[in-house]
Amino acid sequence: MADVSLKNLHKTFDITEAVRGINLDIVDNEFLVLVGPSGCGKSTVLRLIAGLEEITEGNVLIEGNIVNDIPPKDRDIAMVFQSYALYPHMTVYENMSFGLRLRKYSKNEINKRVLDAAKILNISELLDRRPKQLSGGQRQRVAMGRAIVRNPKVFLFDEPLSNLDAKMRGQMRTEIKKLHQHLKTTIIYVTHDQVEAMTLADRIVVMNDGIIEQVGTPDEMYNAPKTHFVASFIGSPSMNFIPCQVIKTNEDLYIKINDKLYFSVPKERLDRYKVLINKEAILGIRPEHLTNAKQHIHDMYEDFNAKVKVLEPMGMDTMVFFDISEAEVCARCDPKSVGKVQSDMTFTIDKSQIHLIDIKTNKVI
Amino acid sequence: MKKLISKSGLHSNRKWALYTSYGFLIAFVIFFLFPPYFMLVTSLKSNTEIAELATNPWIIEHGVTFEHYWSLLSETSFLTFFRNTVVVTLLVVAITMVVSVLAAYSLSRLKFWGSGILATGIFLTYLVPETLLFIPLFKIVGWLGLLNSYWVLVLVYPTLSIPFCTWIMIGYFSSIPKELDEAALIDGANHIQMLLKVFIPVAMPGLIAATIFAFTVSWAGFLYPLAFIYSESEMVLTVGTVTTLIKGDVFHWGGLMAGALLASAPPVILYAFLMDYYIAGLTSGATKG
Ligand SMILES: Nc1ncnc2c1ncn2[C@@H]1O[C@H](COP(=O)(O)OP(=O)(O)O)[C@@H](O)[C@H]1O
Ligand SMILES: [Mg+2]
Repeated sequence: MADVSLKNLHKTFDITEAVRGINLDIVDNEFLVLVGPSGCGKSTVLRLIAGLEEITEGNVLIEGNIVNDIPPKDRDIAMVFQSYALYPHMTVYENMSFGLRLRKYSKNEINKRVLDAAKILNISELLDRRPKQLSGGQRQRVAMGRAIVRNPKVFLFDEPLSNLDAKMRGQMRTEIKKLHQHLKTTIIYVTHDQVEAMTLADRIVVMNDGIIEQVGTPDEMYNAPKTHFVASFIGSPSMNFIPCQVIKTNEDLYIKINDKLYFSVPKERLDRYKVLINKEAILGIRPEHLTNAKQHIHDMYEDFNAKVKVLEPMGMDTMVFFDISEAEVCARCDPKSVGKVQSDMTFTIDKSQIHLIDIKTNKVI
Repeated sequence: MKKLISKSGLHSNRKWALYTSYGFLIAFVIFFLFPPYFMLVTSLKSNTEIAELATNPWIIEHGVTFEHYWSLLSETSFLTFFRNTVVVTLLVVAITMVVSVLAAYSLSRLKFWGSGILATGIFLTYLVPETLLFIPLFKIVGWLGLLNSYWVLVLVYPTLSIPFCTWIMIGYFSSIPKELDEAALIDGANHIQMLLKVFIPVAMPGLIAATIFAFTVSWAGFLYPLAFIYSESEMVLTVGTVTTLIKGDVFHWGGLMAGALLASAPPVILYAFLMDYYIAGLTSGATKG
């Protein structure tokens, strides 16, 4: 139940600059997810907030107070580790109550809090077991229980689900979401899995190479990525990228992919794409906005032909792969009307959903 | 059908593996139990039977006698030796464990300037053999006025046991995942609480291994008491038993064997007791695995 601010946060390990100037305001009760590829500095940011690493430069504020020099135990935070980090020699009850015992809470208070948390997490029958007698999912719950009993201002999760199998992961994801609704507390959650980020987050922070690429709601991340990196990172299957050029003929702009393939730029975007005229660019389009030919219900649709290379039926949809000038492109089509492999097929592109990326700056224009 | 054959093949393979391992185990047990058996048998024989060359040395032919045990306990200073050894060993084990656990904790977890070199240095000191050390140590303990007192052993045995035990404990502490300290740190533990409530319980098998080592160094040490102590009242079991029961070229075999057997009883009891804890292996389940 607190807001957290990061001001120009830097962290350098020996020679590695793991975090290179992060500015972020996390509001009270927010579920914020830090997502990015492995090694981009997500865990380091979390550990700087927790106080497990020393800050090289910048400030961490919790509830408006600079906590740079405050030890982890006095920051009123709780952390759930990827490896769970349960004390192997203690029972579940002892694991959960350890922090409270160190803080000299009364026996009754400890008992009440542990039993409450155990009930929320459905681990009441496991309180006498030791960690090695528990399954992965159960250990995960205990690790969360250990965080809950302390009733901290901020919860920090570092890839808590990545050691679980796919089915368990889905289940625990729902539980974490429910937990957040129940506890009404600030959660900062680190993951490399964009699906997890999309499903859990109020706001997503995409990190890459020690800096923030973009901050926004899952919806903004998906529909309006600001950089090439975000566009490629968010969404599964991921966005198609096709090299192209923007050219001007009379008053119209065209996106030229090769000598045979042109798309006219929609009127609303003429101003936006002017800066790209005669420059190399990348056309980004998600598979779901490339479909088998269909009726043009508005003038944003345009057709083109391509030779089908591979088909991947997924039940509801079939993913159709084809090449457009060296780039492999994937379209999400209706299984009833896909062509055969090696045959020509007509696709429809939804131009209201395109993203043009300036290859000099890697920004989406 | 094919499956059945391969299954029975596996079965007989397993059977053979079991037979061979039992065969080897039994051979080893016999090999290692011969000395204690010989000690026991000899200590229960009368002096005349021990001296008689015609009898079978492996069995008692002329009746069991406890005279050697009786004379060992009543006519020699065996009980004094025993008491001195117990005092020395308890103190050495206590000093060793306190120092090496603290040293290992700081060397494995508090990264300070030179901690890596220090950890290696500690191990190197263990590599210097005591046969080289006892001459300079003689001068040092003489200067300290500790010669001919069992307190000298309380001082010098830790120089052997602390480096090795520290090394063992560094290994165990380093294998404790870093997240465990971090979890404890966030839970509110200070260094002492972290050591007492997390590190020591988790590294219990290592602690027991180190304790056994320190105990053995101190209980079975021979060279240092031989070099530094000469009064019977200050003597410990190892050297004491030998010096009182070998007079010139007369070997009191019965008494020697009885003394050796009694002296080796406490380590055996200790090992048997601690082995269970040692094997229990408390570390698993700390993190994912
Ligand atoms: N204790 C450390 N010492 C040296 N380098 C580190 C340390 N921790 C992390 N790094 C480096 O910092 C970078 C970011 O690491 P991390 O925050 O763990 O990434 P992520 O959690 O996003 O995978 C990596 O290049 C990593 O090698
Ligand atoms: Mg990480």
